[in-house]
Amino acid sequence: MELTLTLNGKKMSRLIEPGILLLDFLRSEGCYSVKRGCETSNCGLCTVFLDDVPVLSCSLLAARAQGRRVTTLEGLRQEAEELAAFIAAQGAEQCGFCNPGFMMNAIALLREKAEPSVDEIRDYLAGNLCRCSGYEGQLRGILAFIEWRKSEKGGAAR
Amino acid sequence: MIGIRDYKKAASLEEAYQLNQKRGNRLLGGMLWLKLSRNSVQTVIDISGLGLDKIEETGEGLRLGAMVTLRQLELDEKLVTYGGGAFREAVGRIVGVQFRNLATLGGSIYGRFGFSDVLTLFLALDATVCLYKRGRVPLRDYAALPYDRDIITHLLLPKAAPLAVAYRSARLTETDFPLLTCGCAVRSDALNIAVGARPGRALLLSGLEKYAGRKLKDEEIEEIAAHAAATVPTGSNTRGSAAYRTHLVQVLCARALRACFRKEDGCGADADS
Repeated sequence: MELTLTLNGKKMSRLIEPGILLLDFLRSEGCYSVKRGCETSNCGLCTVFLDDVPVLSCSLLAARAQGRRVTTLEGLRQEAEELAAFIAAQGAEQCGFCNPGFMMNAIALLREKAEPSVDEIRDYLAGNLCRCSGYEGQLRGILAFIEWRKSEKGGAAR
Repeated sequence: MIGIRDYKKAASLEEAYQLNQKRGNRLLGGMLWLKLSRNSVQTVIDISGLGLDKIEETGEGLRLGAMVTLRQLELDEKLVTYGGGAFREAVGRIVGVQFRNLATLGGSIYGRFGFSDVLTLFLALDATVCLYKRGRVPLRDYAALPYDRDIITHLLLPKAAPLAVAYRSARLTETDFPLLTCGCAVRSDALNIAVGARPGRALLLSGLEKYAGRKLKDEEIEEIAAHAAATVPTGSNTRGSAAYRTHLVQVLCARALRACFRKEDGCGADADS
């Protein structure tokens, strides 16, 4: 079947197998930030945006992306780089495998709410599993990023 | 993992229904549970283009489409007005935001999974299931029916919001399946308490009419909780023993009922008013 979608800002059409998962389709298109993890819809490694909403690409048929916008970490380069620098500064990345999914969901949160509380961050990121870090580094990184962004905005306003 | 040979986006409910009568075909909800199946499916039928993703106020009450996501249940303002924080409490611990953006109300109800937080809460809320062919069936009846090939189109919640609603669950870890679930809704003419993850399907307690429509005293709450523990059948699985679950029935029933009568809990209107 033919699939037409907008991937990271570029409209494209591809012939796909009807049963292919979005995760596999995206990796076949070179989006290697999208990782295969648990296979049980639990780990969040495969998080992408479907029309700006974070979803698990391992649990979504590519066919369901027909006519829609799909965004992976590759399509969020600047936004992701800024946040990633703060995560890295906290030493939160160890093996780094969970990081793309973590970044995608953290960006989704910060788009929904610019200044979430610690509890709101923990709640929103509960679906992203990390087996190295214990989550504290990521939390500190996100909080530091929020503070930096506030000061940047304040500075720009002045 | 499931194998899927063909995909069809239904143009109408009738088309979806006809396709769904073929044994090898499956209706597609959020696909989270279907994906874990080891079966091979001839055609998956996608009903996401049929406008079933809305939460609407109608003359009969709140009408929730089968494709409404768990995330919508968590955030929708109409549901906050209707049930306070109970919807958020019921679904907010289900895996993660990305999962809840896919998982659907219809899929959760059709599955009638023993672990279902959604089934527990909607039972307590006296929901009605709207089926494409069969018509309306009270959820308390639907929960006991065998699986068939009809299509859930909507869930209806009664027009009059409960006086108070509360939901409580126990989990071994934050986003795991629940070990036990309990939903309570106080109405002027009924007190509904549903208990799920027993680990069997959620069920409604009976014999609570005398407690309807009023604020309960502490000793009455303890009496109801003890009654629940004595009457709700529980079983054992890897998450917990039947004895532990029976203990939890009593604890969670009491907590949910107390929450119903606490304004600051944010789980509904004050039944005392």
